[in-house]
Amino acid sequence: MAIAATADFKPFSRQQMARHAAADIPEGWYVNLGIGIPTMIADYVPIDREVIFHSENGVLGIGPAPEKDKIEPWLINAGKQYVTLRAGGSYCHHADSFSMIRGGHLDLCVLGAFQVADNGDIANWATSENDTAPAVGGAMDLAAGARRLWVLMEHTTKDGSPKLVKKCTYPLTAPGAVKRIYTNLATLDVTDRGFEVLAMAPGLSFEDLQARTEAKLHQPS
Amino acid sequence: MINKIVQSMEDAMSGIKDGAVVLLGGFGAVGQPNALIDGLIHQGARDLTVACNNAGVGHVGLARLMELGRVRKIVCSFPRSSDPVVFETLYRAGKIELEIVPQGTLAERMRAAGAGVPAFFTATGVGTKMAVGKEHREIDGRTYILEHALKGDIGLVEAWEADRWGNLTYKQAGRNFNPIVAMASDVTIVQSQHLRELGEIDPDHVVTPGIFVNRVLHVPYGDPSGF
Repeated sequence: MAIAATADFKPFSRQQMARHAAADIPEGWYVNLGIGIPTMIADYVPIDREVIFHSENGVLGIGPAPEKDKIEPWLINAGKQYVTLRAGGSYCHHADSFSMIRGGHLDLCVLGAFQVADNGDIANWATSENDTAPAVGGAMDLAAGARRLWVLMEHTTKDGSPKLVKKCTYPLTAPGAVKRIYTNLATLDVTDRGFEVLAMAPGLSFEDLQARTEAKLHQPS
Repeated sequence: MINKIVQSMEDAMSGIKDGAVVLLGGFGAVGQPNALIDGLIHQGARDLTVACNNAGVGHVGLARLMELGRVRKIVCSFPRSSDPVVFETLYRAGKIELEIVPQGTLAERMRAAGAGVPAFFTATGVGTKMAVGKEHREIDGRTYILEHALKGDIGLVEAWEADRWGNLTYKQAGRNFNPIVAMASDVTIVQSQHLRELGEIDPDHVVTPGIFVNRVLHVPYGDPSGF
């Protein structure tokens, strides 16, 4: 897909993307953050705003990353990074942990994705029907089970192909699940009429954004 | 007197048959019953179906069991790891069968087996290739697929504390799949960091009641390392 002449704009950094998502998470929500950039969101939620972070491996109430000399070798998250447990946190086994997900108890999950379609379909676990060894982990449970699914990802692939598409070409993680997307170029909602643009990177025009997006974009109504 | 504590790995592993379905606790290296997996390697059972979250790291533990050609099929959610070389080599060569299961469905299939529930409906996987060939049912306006219980002939579990009745506690995120593996398996074999006298574990703190446990081996190896 040809990209229109580039205007002078500044994409959001990953930190800014994480900050945008963090700003939209209110106190009291139970939230699962996917492996990768979504994990960074926790760094931008102040500790006195009580958001309870969940990890698939049975940890509820994850706190800030541990200092190097205070690592607890039995305490990891789903990305197998060392974490801490804040006061009020708890442990449970895997079936209870996924009951929190599948039973609709999580207010929010934020995942990375390869593609999101303007009907909310998400593809984030395999890039081919014949993946050598596909690894789904908990992505399908989270996408189908959390009350809200947001996506945090780059707006296009490294070679410039759109990731916000009319129809996912990669194997689906879940149909019609995504409600909001934070990219390095924009924040968008998935609505009945498709993608609505809530915010754009400084200096980027609506036309510039559309040129980098396969599906049709809408101004908020 | 009931005494589920065994004194040797040979006793812990006795009677595991070729073709057995083996469920493994653990998530990465945390809560993974490594000593028992090594015991299974020495025990010699072949043609195994192994169900656990990951498909082994490097050339040790589960990866070694696979490398020795003893695993016919692996049921897991996430075969990738920091070093999945053994699994990927076998898989590409068509020498191991893989059943990918969403992590929550894997956990629920084990819990269902332990609870006497033969199958259940779930929304996870609907509209994806996981749903192909599975029974669909609309309940209260939402579509679900039917998933079947996953029962183990053998369950290998890592606990923090155990007593001679098989009551277990776990440490932090080391709990993960272990309690549901214990429930879901005909013969549940536990390696425990600590042995306690009967009554010494506060009943309020028991996570896996001894009814789900058959054998306990004392393996005080220390902290997990390597993922």
